[in-house]
Amino acid sequence: MTVGSTDIPAPMGLLAELTHRCPLKCPYCSNPVELERRSVEMSTDDWKKVFSQAQALGVLQLHLSGGEPSARGDLEEIIAHCSTLNLYTNLITAGVGIPKERWQALADAGLDHVQLSVQAPTAEANDFVAGFDGAFRAKIESAGHVTSLGLPLTINAVIHRHNINTIEDTIELAASCGARRLEVAHVQYYGWGLKNRQSLIPTREAVLDCMAKIEAARERLSGSLVIDAVVPDYYARFPKPCMGGWGARSLNVTPSGKVLPCHAAETIAGLTFESVTEKPLAEIWYESESFNKFRGTTWMPEPCRSCDRREIDWGGCRCQAFAFTGRADATDPVCEKSTFRNRLSEIAEADAAAEEAFEYRSF
Amino acid sequence: MFEEDAKPALPRGVKLQFDSARDHWVLLGPERILKPDPVALEILKRIDGTKSIDQIVEDLTQTFNADRGQILKDVRAFLEGLSDKRMIDIK
Repeated sequence: MTVGSTDIPAPMGLLAELTHRCPLKCPYCSNPVELERRSVEMSTDDWKKVFSQAQALGVLQLHLSGGEPSARGDLEEIIAHCSTLNLYTNLITAGVGIPKERWQALADAGLDHVQLSVQAPTAEANDFVAGFDGAFRAKIESAGHVTSLGLPLTINAVIHRHNINTIEDTIELAASCGARRLEVAHVQYYGWGLKNRQSLIPTREAVLDCMAKIEAARERLSGSLVIDAVVPDYYARFPKPCMGGWGARSLNVTPSGKVLPCHAAETIAGLTFESVTEKPLAEIWYESESFNKFRGTTWMPEPCRSCDRREIDWGGCRCQAFAFTGRADATDPVCEKSTFRNRLSEIAEADAAAEEAFEYRSF
Repeated sequence: MFEEDAKPALPRGVKLQFDSARDHWVLLGPERILKPDPVALEILKRIDGTKSIDQIVEDLTQTFNADRGQILKDVRAFLEGLSDKRMIDIK
């Protein structure tokens, strides 16, 4: 099966949104604005089937996410199943409401790695962003349980206007928690993030300052804490190679079983996504219209089509192109070659100067 | 610089396994999938937490009938690279 001249490779990673339920209300949540309710969530057996099919398809790593994945009482059972399949399990968690005994059970089930979110480096700031009192204390306790069980820990910090100036404290916090790795991400402005862009986007100066601080910390902490960070795309010259290309390396399954090329793909109007409850995962990956729509380079209009970066950034992010230009096949507006780039910069500057309150995530 | 009597071990969360879908070995870690080159693979296969760097180098020297000094250099460089990524424990 080929698209253009490129063979379709098997996926390496799968992000499983086990549930959209979460005690936190972060205003930039990566879940869709239309959250899926508990009543439509797949059963334990459905999920086990998905993971068995994923393994057969060539998936190596699973990212067990949500919402808050521990909201599902069957998380241990799911991890144990994946363990027998030799799938690498990465738990992406807020770390709230998970007592020591539950961490022990997750570790015993064969969990490989924990990625714990921290909204800000102090209790007050963290709990304000998360919209949940006591979240920070619970996270620190979880970090302690994870490291004392010998599980490798990554701290994930999503950066925006309200925590960008305390990046050094976040780095310090990650190091003192015993994390091996810190992932510095930036809010992506679609879905909930787009609703809250006026209250979240930082200024260019703040971003440059933050990057310099990260660079200095990287050197200082070399060998003890690995820091992975990217330039937020609104202030970059070129777009991010979103997902390493549409339908190229990984896929996303929603709580009800919809299979998406990325977690935000449902924001693109006019695409239909198929469900693993109705079709095998392999068939959806290789044959569905939605996965083939933006695969490879043949779908690209100019300036992407003749660009020498077309196989580096794959045209950037389809969701961002659609959200900003109304066309999912347009060049990512972040790219300096996009006719929308100036408009994007004007909006970023105006929104960075705005003072708006959050609209917290809610069902 | 790691001492020759130090013992490298893959920590929890770092796994060497055969990827049958793609027909090659992979080293899996947190948000990482590395494809070891043939030299790296021979080193990784000998890391079990009980063998010292010296024993691993000796084994490789015998198996490949190669220069011990060069192998020691390769092993050290490889371990330092993994250590920078926090993907190896050396005790």
